Amino acid sequence: MKVLVPVKRVVDFNVKIRVKADGTGVDLSNVKMSMNPFDEIAVEEAIRLKEAGKAEEVVVVSIGPAQAQETLRTALAMGADRAILIKVEDMVEPLAVAKLLKAVADAEGPRLVVLGKQAIDDDANQTGQMLSALLGWSQATFASAVALEGDKARVTREVDGGLQVIEVALPAIVTADLRLNEPRYASLPNIMKAKKKPLEEKTPADYGVNVDARLKVLKTEEPGTRKAGVKVASVAELLDKLKNEAGVLQF
Amino acid sequence: MAILLFAEHDNAALSDQTARTLTAARRIGGEIDILVAGKGAAAVAQAASAFQGVRKILLAEADALEHRLAEPAAALIVSLAGDYDTVIAPATTTGKNVLPRVAALLDVMQVSEIVEVVSADTFKRPIYAGNAIQTVQATDGKKVITVRTSGFEAAQAEGGSAPVETIGATADPRLSGFVENRLSESERPELASARIIVSGGRALGSEERFRQVILPVADKLGAAVGASRAAVDAGYAPNDWQVGQTGKVVAPELYVACGISGAIQHLAGMKDSKVIVAINKDEDAPIFQVADYGLVADIFDALPELERAL
Repeated sequence: MKVLVPVKRVVDFNVKIRVKADGTGVDLSNVKMSMNPFDEIAVEEAIRLKEAGKAEEVVVVSIGPAQAQETLRTALAMGADRAILIKVEDMVEPLAVAKLLKAVADAEGPRLVVLGKQAIDDDANQTGQMLSALLGWSQATFASAVALEGDKARVTREVDGGLQVIEVALPAIVTADLRLNEPRYASLPNIMKAKKKPLEEKTPADYGVNVDARLKVLKTEEPGTRKAGVKVASVAELLDKLKNEAGVLQF
Repeated sequence: MAILLFAEHDNAALSDQTARTLTAARRIGGEIDILVAGKGAAAVAQAASAFQGVRKILLAEADALEHRLAEPAAALIVSLAGDYDTVIAPATTTGKNVLPRVAALLDVMQVSEIVEVVSADTFKRPIYAGNAIQTVQATDGKKVITVRTSGFEAAQAEGGSAPVETIGATADPRLSGFVENRLSESERPELASARIIVSGGRALGSEERFRQVILPVADKLGAAVGASRAAVDAGYAPNDWQVGQTGKVVAPELYVACGISGAIQHLAGMKDSKVIVAINKDEDAPIFQVADYGLVADIFDALPELERAL
């Protein structure tokens, strides 16, 4: 079985981003970039399936600028077998990403696609579900456990009220939530080995997919900021303030 | 202009998230129909018909819709979508699961987790865990939107009498099947719609102490219980209590953060609360920068004292 894992190059999760003063976007110059953390979890899950003998090959794919090669090399160093980079210069929306991934899935024929549940830059949380729709496959989003059983996968999902277990027919799309696993760090020998693993470059035109944006971004601004309030000296003073000043406690 | 609102419910009761999404739908403007997809959900449809300004309630019942799994729910919405120019749902785990599937099937780019309606096609939404707010205009013929409900007041379900129309479900694509729910049983209010939330962080130190210290205060206040990601990762609290970028985004009237340092990812989930209280031993904890009232104290002293004083 082949497993496909799409990965996205995003601003590192530790970076405090800055909004450009002219409102045209977020300043990405000289900012540390990394693999989207949820995608790292997806890569880890695919590699574990391979190590458990349930998958033969793990193919990673990224849609992004030339530098997304680094992201793919990271995935290869973790243990993926080969990589595909679909080169684009601008941001590509989830719908167009899903169309490109559908084309890749059609060409590669994976039985399972594992994705991060959302990217931490645009926070859209759409790509996996959209890909599943376009392929006409089953979907298991927000996964915290995945067990393959024959031609089915039993997936535990993180839902609002707790956990939900579903069974999906393969081929399927799984999107990874935080607690699915803890991704490994690549060892130095594996980082060296990853440099020799195959990385194929493509363009959206190779797949005949139009990646024009459907959403027009009119403005990007700082969120409203909260000011620090006051420090209170005791529990009694806190209660007094909540009752008499803030008015959020009635008794 | 007509809007189809995909209702959030559990087949027994209509969620407050639906009422909040209705407020967002009203701001977009146009006739609003509410779709109740489920099984044995007639009471939910009846509850929804009490909203004013709703044209009708569509009730679709089938085995495959009982748990609103993505494939059958999306197929149903897509079959109805021809009559609507906007499909909207709360950004619950169900809404987030189903609507992008609908959007892709309609060849529409979804607008996720809006926090403000600027006009019928223009919306504000947070990106980078709420560290930037983007204003986007949707150019597709149809709009598919999820709503971050903490940004909208709940519409009152009273005075209306929208007719309930029973519709047939589409065939089950049989791609996925429900096995079981392992839901947290609780008498406490739901996190997403609670008026007061008491949250605990890693400083609690163990699941046992989390329960001993946080729960009595929450119960005295009639509050929902939240937790930071650190507390959830450490196993002190279940995952569905997590407040933050990757957990739930909440905006209660009162948020009490106990032993939570205030990582960006946690602040993203609660900074729109009306009043924030922080109790933390570390006076330099970032949580104090967003707190209206800060108490520098050991939570193991302050919380029992607070509980006794309530």
